[in-house]
Amino acid sequence: MSTSLKDRACIVGIGQTAFCRAPGSGMTQLGIQLQASLAALADAGLKPQQLDGVMPFPNLGSAEEFAANLGIASLRFAATVHMGGAAPVASLQAAAAAVTSGIADYVLLPAGWNGYSGRRARETIAMDVASLPGGAIARDYYMPYGLTAPPQWYALIARRHMHEFGTRPEQLGAIAIAMRKHAQLNPGAVMKDKPLTLDAYLASPMITAPYRLFDCCLETDGAAAVVVTTAERAKDLARKPVYIMGVAAAQPYPADEITNRADLFETGLTIAAPRAFAMAGVTPADVDFAEIYDCFTFEVLQQIEETGFCGRGEGGSFVEGGTIELGGALPVNTHGGLLSDAHVLGMSHITEAVRQLRGDGGERQVADAEIGVVTGWGDFGDGSIAILRR
Amino acid sequence: MTDTPTTPRPLPALQGLTQQFYDFCRQGELRFQRCDGCGTWRHVPREVCATCGSFAWSWTKSSGRGRVFTWTVAARPMHPGFADAAPYAPVVVEMEEGVRIVTQLVDVAPDALAIDMPVEVAFEAVTPEVTLPKFRKA
Repeated sequence: MSTSLKDRACIVGIGQTAFCRAPGSGMTQLGIQLQASLAALADAGLKPQQLDGVMPFPNLGSAEEFAANLGIASLRFAATVHMGGAAPVASLQAAAAAVTSGIADYVLLPAGWNGYSGRRARETIAMDVASLPGGAIARDYYMPYGLTAPPQWYALIARRHMHEFGTRPEQLGAIAIAMRKHAQLNPGAVMKDKPLTLDAYLASPMITAPYRLFDCCLETDGAAAVVVTTAERAKDLARKPVYIMGVAAAQPYPADEITNRADLFETGLTIAAPRAFAMAGVTPADVDFAEIYDCFTFEVLQQIEETGFCGRGEGGSFVEGGTIELGGALPVNTHGGLLSDAHVLGMSHITEAVRQLRGDGGERQVADAEIGVVTGWGDFGDGSIAILRR
Repeated sequence: MTDTPTTPRPLPALQGLTQQFYDFCRQGELRFQRCDGCGTWRHVPREVCATCGSFAWSWTKSSGRGRVFTWTVAARPMHPGFADAAPYAPVVVEMEEGVRIVTQLVDVAPDALAIDMPVEVAFEAVTPEVTLPKFRKA
């Protein structure tokens, strides 16, 4: 008997709040996540009390408080995957395993924060050792040398990629511009009506070289949530289900230290992507669009390579010439991503993929989208990937 | 973000193996763990050898020499303790022993850094208790 998760679990509901910077959401971090959760449940045609599983994002709320607020009287599955921005997609895997094995019937995946009006992401990481990947390692061996925040960690890898493969700033710029173009077609995107040119990209101030301002994701308020159940139960719900064809998550070695890897480019996704494609029984060439965790531009390029959309070292030329824009061979981040829609910790990449596969993409709909990929990237290169179909 | 230059720079917590590593630095010695079983060098400090499983290891003196492996130039510091330091460059040095270490160079401007630049350790006492292993151009 096969134990593969292929096509056995579905995303049946999606929800999200408005995404914004100033003046902020006006709600608590838990409140906006509950708002997105209730929207996802309504979308699915489920009552909150029908939930029996909750998978909160790391450090952004407990399953207990979600359950108490939502009236979940029988919480049977409560878990958090500690993979930073890779957590939402990795949670899809755990939720699929939970519902197909009968541990739970309906699992809620919420994520959200007041990343603009509350404590900024950059400060949280720099000042709170408990939330640092690597924990004491980062405190004792990175921070005293001024290596204190995610763009600095990842810039170390980007620099090596430029050295080994000749990747150029203009190619990172092509990623920022593609995300910004897509945001112009997304009425809710924070960067709507703020187009970006290559000149403006190149002129933007350095944050941590080689990352300029426009290589870096937004800091925003907002939340998103999805509901997962079995393919069997999905048939009785309000919306046409989106099937999880393949899903995997993995960590690089060593996961708690980003500089001592034999191969600096071998991240969690390197391990996870072939497993997910093998489960799904499709190849990267079969994929119609990809929502790729875009904390910084180079991470998009690297994940395009490690997912297998092109070979390692070929990402720079791959992203040029409109390949990753709507109308290109592989539209990436059709909503604008973390770079130009909003930073919702990767959960909005899942909601956007579901929207595309339902045909609800509006002006930014990928024509006849059948198969979409969503990735997550977190901490020191943890990776996750889901291959979804309509 | 409170960019007060008076915010102290972050320091390592001197406990366990980390205390031992930094105590050697304070004495002017860069030492890494080396497995007594299979000879594998390691950094950062670990309890057990991930190659052979041996708990036996020795703090073994490094040549102190290595090459610049990669770096970033922090133009916008993201920790208030470094607000007055920009631009500065966290650098990864690959030691002759094979391990890599996060550090800074004391005598090379950020825009003069180059991959494979040869460097050697240059200790910097930042407090009476803590000496950081930094590097200079060799």
